[in-house]
Amino acid sequence: MSAGPHYTLYHPRWYRHRVSVWWWLKKGSYALFVLRELTSVFVAFVAMVYLWQVRAIGQGPEAYGQFLARLKTPPFLLLNAITFVFVLFHAITWLNLTPAAMVVRLRGKRVPDWAILGANYAAWLLLSIAVAFVLLRG
Amino acid sequence: MVQRITPLLWLLFSAGGTVAAFLFPIHLFLTGLAFPLGWLETPRFEFLHRLVMHPVTRLYLFVLIALPLFHWAHRFRYTLYDGLQLKHLTELIAVLCYGAALLGTAAAAYLLWRIA
Repeated sequence: MSAGPHYTLYHPRWYRHRVSVWWWLKKGSYALFVLRELTSVFVAFVAMVYLWQVRAIGQGPEAYGQFLARLKTPPFLLLNAITFVFVLFHAITWLNLTPAAMVVRLRGKRVPDWAILGANYAAWLLLSIAVAFVLLRG
Repeated sequence: MVQRITPLLWLLFSAGGTVAAFLFPIHLFLTGLAFPLGWLETPRFEFLHRLVMHPVTRLYLFVLIALPLFHWAHRFRYTLYDGLQLKHLTELIAVLCYGAALLGTAAAAYLLWRIA
């Protein structure tokens, strides 16, 4: 073995034991963890739909009409319904983590978790109403 | 390289996760479900076009698209490491994930800049 406590990418062979690629199916909480991690794929999908919409609007009424027609097809409706569930899952798990990730102090006292959570959910509601308000005027 | 900019990547992951949490559910609900299914009236082209022409909307859309892409890149990178045990492909996966996010960001910037 070489000297010095440097970081090695792999453990020595004799300490390694194989873990199945499906390790996360063995326990409910592991499966939820992996599902939460997989929400990122659906988040990226929503970003791509928006990119697609921006492109369609830039190309004119005809392209925008095609975009709308495409979203009305069953595959896209199904995909969007599934994506919506995952995006909601992302939003809820993300907001629920904020008290742990962000410790807020007010006059030397730690703001309780429920207050941070409440503020986050209130902000979520207000932002959703604002977006709906702008888009539904048209 | 990836090691050195990890704090920045984590910041983008965090910012993108927050943007996606607050804004994606309502945007996807309207654009992906409520409008196509006819629950609510779909915005007309003229209205959306005028909206997107406004600089504030363009900036909003840029943030709405770019930051969540970096959120995806960072999270998906670790999902691949842990889920599929691809630790030996660290560099390749990082380049592909952040590269894809950069590409999407560039496309968003270009399209939003050029819109007329």
